Amino acid sequence: MKQIMAILMISVLNASAALAAEVPHRVVSMNVCTDQLAMLIAGAGQLYSVSYLAGDRNASVLADQAGGYVVNHGLAEEVFLMQPDLIIAGTFTTRTTVELLRRLGFRVEEFAPANSLDDIREHIARMGELLGRQEKAAELVKRIDNDLATLRAQPPSSKSVATYYANSYTSGSGTLVDALIGVSGLENVAARLGLTGTSKLPLELLLLANPDLIVSSEGDYAAPALAEEGYVHPAFKAVTAGSKAVNISTKYTICGAPFTLEAAHMLRDAAGAAK
Amino acid sequence: MTLLAIDQLHTSLGGKPVLHGLSLAVQEGEFVGLIGPNGAGKSTLLRAALGLIPSTGKIAIAGKDAAAMPAKERARHLAYLPQEREIGWPVSVEMLVSLGRAPHRPAFAGLDAADTAKIEEAMRRMEVDAFRHRPATDLSGGEKARVLIARALAQDAPLLLADEPTAGLDPSHQITLMRLFAQLAAEGRDVVASLHDLGLAARWCTRLILIDKGRIVADGAPREVLTAARLRSVYGVEAYLGETQGGMLVMPLDVAS
Amino acid sequence: MSETARYRLLLIVLGAATFILFLLSLTVGPAALAFTDSIAALFSSKAGAIALIMQEIRLPRAILGLMIGATLGLSGAALQGYLRNPLAEPGLIGVSATASLGAVIAIYTGFSAVFPLGLPLAALAGAMLAVLVVQAMAGMKGGALTIILAGVAVSSFAGAMTSLALNLSPNPFAALEIMFWMLGSLTDRSMTHVWLAAPFMVVGWVMLASLGRPLDTLTLGNDAAASMGVDMRRVQFLAVFGTAASVGAATAVAGAIGFVGLVVPHILRPLVGSRPSRLLPASALGGACVLLAADILVRIIAPGKDLKLGVLTAIVGAPFFLWLVYRTRRNLL
Repeated sequence: MKQIMAILMISVLNASAALAAEVPHRVVSMNVCTDQLAMLIAGAGQLYSVSYLAGDRNASVLADQAGGYVVNHGLAEEVFLMQPDLIIAGTFTTRTTVELLRRLGFRVEEFAPANSLDDIREHIARMGELLGRQEKAAELVKRIDNDLATLRAQPPSSKSVATYYANSYTSGSGTLVDALIGVSGLENVAARLGLTGTSKLPLELLLLANPDLIVSSEGDYAAPALAEEGYVHPAFKAVTAGSKAVNISTKYTICGAPFTLEAAHMLRDAAGAAK
Repeated sequence: MTLLAIDQLHTSLGGKPVLHGLSLAVQEGEFVGLIGPNGAGKSTLLRAALGLIPSTGKIAIAGKDAAAMPAKERARHLAYLPQEREIGWPVSVEMLVSLGRAPHRPAFAGLDAADTAKIEEAMRRMEVDAFRHRPATDLSGGEKARVLIARALAQDAPLLLADEPTAGLDPSHQITLMRLFAQLAAEGRDVVASLHDLGLAARWCTRLILIDKGRIVADGAPREVLTAARLRSVYGVEAYLGETQGGMLVMPLDVAS
Repeated sequence: MSETARYRLLLIVLGAATFILFLLSLTVGPAALAFTDSIAALFSSKAGAIALIMQEIRLPRAILGLMIGATLGLSGAALQGYLRNPLAEPGLIGVSATASLGAVIAIYTGFSAVFPLGLPLAALAGAMLAVLVVQAMAGMKGGALTIILAGVAVSSFAGAMTSLALNLSPNPFAALEIMFWMLGSLTDRSMTHVWLAAPFMVVGWVMLASLGRPLDTLTLGNDAAASMGVDMRRVQFLAVFGTAASVGAATAVAGAIGFVGLVVPHILRPLVGSRPSRLLPASALGGACVLLAADILVRIIAPGKDLKLGVLTAIVGAPFFLWLVYRTRRNLL
């Protein structure tokens, strides 16, 4: 058994070493964010498999396209059998799986979560290089820059906004959402309260801050959960009375990609509508 | 007056018949000893008479149908001392004795002066008033037995059913207890006690009921019931039967061959 | 001082402590509000932010803390008296876990969204099942060991089924909420939860409170109690339904909170002369004190972390339970 494993590993090592320098043609992505970047950038037939979350309408903007790929669940055994020449994973999830796949000799590239607009540009460029699709990547970066220019051209509205996600989490300073709020010309209440990263915003503090706009992220799930009970709390309903609330699905903001700026446009429009 | 009348009582435990059409009646003033070998049905008879286990046949308490009698009313006619001297919590002796008044009080009502008088009398009679504030669980076996009897006395029922009240007590406590029961009977109550000690039964009871395999074998004065032949056939023992100044003397000597 | 006078004093002290802790609970929160402002806002009819915080966030939290604590204390005392066993407790005998399971099924299938009363009713059904199973296993004369073993089995099974139900839910947040159902929390509960749970809890309280004298009599054992006019079937009905209704409703809105029902009656028992009927109101007040205090502490120790109530009650309760087992281990075997 050990011998078989050893032979297997050597053959895999040889194969991946030989292919490392060349353009990969059988790529497996194991993270919903790298899934979507890869789908946007990869050439025809180059991307073999994406994670199951890529097809989840609540988590993925490109859910409709994900159906064209083989689905993986981030399990080492399943990915091993796919015999990819490049594995792309996120740094946040499936840590033990990534370690195991590396030990088995696969080439694994990891992407950290995007926390700023610069991260998005960088990630797109890096994905372009990994897949040998630099022109496509440059095209996407250019689209983002144009989009940003349009958003920044509008005068800032100076309205305050608070994000209020499931389990009363919010995006504080240093997050991608904070950057998007800045781009939309709005003020992030969570950052003003000194919250950094994604952290809890107690309902009490949300009431006290009384922002002009409240962004919720109610998903469209097949079954309820307590996590979203905050949205039916009488106090939340009172503070969001009128047109103060806007629902922006987290699928736009959990990953840094060209479509992330959609969220900034939604914010901008909602702020315009809010009294 | 007939305090308890049982007619054609049948019971089964776990599908096995235990009592086979047992009939008896006890009057006030009697101290009845319920005797018989292990498994004869003595405890079952007492428990069935109390309605603790289902049975068929007729049970009348103080002339009234027991089946139609509310539990609380039954408790005013009939007090019961179970074999196990169970005291679940370290409550004070006084509180434990006062529980005997429960059948006489409407729900949620406290104790009135008459209740307190009965409780005091019961504690005095059983000589437990000296340690009335002590937790009942801390007492010795003899003291516990006295406290539990005081509780039954406080219940102030004309009929007392006691299941092996002398078990686990030393000779002096056993005799004190039998004397008390005899006194209670003499005062016009009725005591029915299941007993294993034939010597005590013969000496103190006014009437003995011998049960074997769920049937009454003999019923009458100790001298009529306890014969050498019956002790041999029912208990399987050879016994010495004699007379003393204080009453009959029964002393099992050996297992019958 | 006579036993009765001491008992009255105890109730007054516990009542005062409950009242003070209730006020404290109203004044603790992430929003730093001045005491006088917050109390004034509690009765204000203006819809300002402070009034909203006090009336819609802190008041329901404090009310639920009070009611759920009282429920756990009272049901613990009643179960201990009924089973004549100091180790009986809604958490230990599996009532909380099965109530959780009932609530989880009602919430995550979407049943309670269509029919709100389905939530407490499902929890009640779960709780009842646990009491009946444990009682059937242990029997009326069940020893401590049987009750604990049956409780462990019921609890682990219900816990596993709760995890299964949450894991299978298509909602990605559901699986993360196992912790809430196992350890309990009062964070951001609303008046809706109060109105949903309160009627069931109050009905349960009335049923358990009416057990006072029968429980006293049960000190002498089942047979003696029955011979003294206690209707054992009625007592069983009241104990089972009273516990199921109150603990079921409490668990439905706050998850399973352990050990309160074990520790509180045990600490208070010597102070009421071990009398089961007197232990009932004392434990209800004591339970309210403990839960309000625990809910204040979770907000002070780890603000913003949503520390679960069961964590605190277990930190205090589990060592206490071990000590209790150590002390009663001779009776256990």
